[in-house]
Amino acid sequence: MRHRLRTRLMSLWEYIEDRWDLIVFEAVQHAAMVAQCVLVAALLGVLAGVLTYRRPKVANLATASAGVLFTVPSLAMLGLLIPLLGLGVAPSVTAIVLYALLPIVRNTVVGLQSVDPMLVDAARGLGMSRRRALTRVELPLAWPVILTGIRVATQLSMGIGAVAAYVSGPGLGEQIFSGLARLGGANAVNSTLTGTIGVAILALAFDACFVLLGRLTTTRERQAAGGARG
Amino acid sequence: MADRPTGGVPIELRKVTKAFPGGEAPAVQELDLHIPAGEIVVLLGPSGCGKTTTMRMINRLIEPTSGDILIGGQNSRDIDPDRLRRHIGYVIQQAGLFPHMTVAANIAQVPRMLGWDKRRIAERVTELLTLVGLEPDTFRDSFPRRLSGGQQQRVGVARALAADPPVLLMDEPFGALDPISRERLQDELLRLQDDLAKTIVFVTHDVDEALKIGDHIAIMQRPGHVVQYARPAEILTNPASEYVEQFLGAGSSMRLLRLTKVGDIELDQVPYASEDADAHELLHEVERDGRGYALITDGMRRPLRWIALADLHGRIGRVGTVGDPVTASIGHRMTLQDALEALLNADTDIVPVVGRRQAYAGALSLGTVQSAIQSIKAHERERRLRRGDAT
Repeated sequence: MRHRLRTRLMSLWEYIEDRWDLIVFEAVQHAAMVAQCVLVAALLGVLAGVLTYRRPKVANLATASAGVLFTVPSLAMLGLLIPLLGLGVAPSVTAIVLYALLPIVRNTVVGLQSVDPMLVDAARGLGMSRRRALTRVELPLAWPVILTGIRVATQLSMGIGAVAAYVSGPGLGEQIFSGLARLGGANAVNSTLTGTIGVAILALAFDACFVLLGRLTTTRERQAAGGARG
Repeated sequence: MADRPTGGVPIELRKVTKAFPGGEAPAVQELDLHIPAGEIVVLLGPSGCGKTTTMRMINRLIEPTSGDILIGGQNSRDIDPDRLRRHIGYVIQQAGLFPHMTVAANIAQVPRMLGWDKRRIAERVTELLTLVGLEPDTFRDSFPRRLSGGQQQRVGVARALAADPPVLLMDEPFGALDPISRERLQDELLRLQDDLAKTIVFVTHDVDEALKIGDHIAIMQRPGHVVQYARPAEILTNPASEYVEQFLGAGSSMRLLRLTKVGDIELDQVPYASEDADAHELLHEVERDGRGYALITDGMRRPLRWIALADLHGRIGRVGTVGDPVTASIGHRMTLQDALEALLNADTDIVPVVGRRQAYAGALSLGTVQSAIQSIKAHERERRLRRGDAT
């Protein structure tokens, strides 16, 4: 048993060593794709949240439609996108952005709605315009919740990014799918394992970035606030 | 800032009506109210009577359906609402401080919007913290969460005063505080107002708070109209309707006691003399007075001892140190209520009243308090009649 595990690991290591450059390339592609998709989804999602949170019905509609998209299995979604967008980057990016939207929109709406109305009243009463109250009071107070949404969206995108190889999308999914296609053949398991572990490592790294970002943005908030005494 | 604070401007509400969509009766109905410059006007009434709506229409957080509001002679409709609000201080219940900003940043919000430079803002923050009784170095960089309710509300007041607005709106500012902090903040608001002379519109449902704080009180009734607008003493002595009477509750005389300062009523004048005075002369004076006792004071006219007629009989030369020491005294700035408390606790029926530097200013007994209340009521009645004739 132990012997077999050792040979397994040995062969995995050899596989990785042989294709190191390709794997790194695919990992970078994967990370870049996820990062860009989440960025786009964050911009769109926060915007959608900001535009709708004051009108509960519209906000519900926005979250509900994002929720409906969410229930479509990712493989089916990618498949459905092929006739529209063909193969490659376009359907992959579209699918990831669509999936990433839900947690971001929902958390933006929830975060903004949970800001104490008294504080918004105080902000308006001091003479802040709607926009200023939003950027100085509401968004900063909702930020931790929004950031959590973006974080969840990132984790989600990691997994969907891997499935995107199904439509010839870029990234580590290629390793997984080619392995699964050749199951039983030489290096099939090694290939799948490499892809899976790679995605997991990337996901952990991104999550660490979010922890750091959360800490940085809350401290920066305090620094900015402290700057008032200037 | 060395320049004098901006004093208040008058506010005029003319036939102001607010009807909310879907509501049956308007929340505020054709309300006319003149708020004099530099006064504290309290809008008093039960919840739902439209007092908060009325206040929020002044800074246009709520837009009136019809009618005009003039602030310092200028129609508020002609001013951009955001700009208008920057020149009207706004204090709400529980202070409403921004939890993600320091105390200094909270206070700096309006000056920043007005484009003050950083140094001026920093100086102003220090000045305001001192004004509201918070040590600037301790509190400047604190976050609101670390402050007690009373301290938070002090910051709330400082934030409202930041750009030195002529008008201050206060919406039940002390409603969430414990009785002791509330009392203290009320006292400090009155002290501040002595210097600042802002026009303050103060919303509360607490009768005692209204009587204590208000120069004028507007008692409001559902739906949205004023049933009586008068000075506190007049409201107590002459409630305009049964509704006002009910709302004030029992104890209008007790409340008059709370409103009146000892120094404002006519005190008993007991013969007094220093220790060095001639006993024989004092005896004559006491006999003429008819009360049968006198007060002995020291060189600064501070009360020392009560002396009875018997102590003086047959005494020649200096009065000296005979008599019973004075155990209690009443300050002339005390309310009659506190004075009454002191009287009830005193060993003697009559207690000396001391003014500045503890100097004797008169004396107080239960009878004096009683006749004082009666004369206040009579005085208010007379004033009313006179005014009734005039109109």
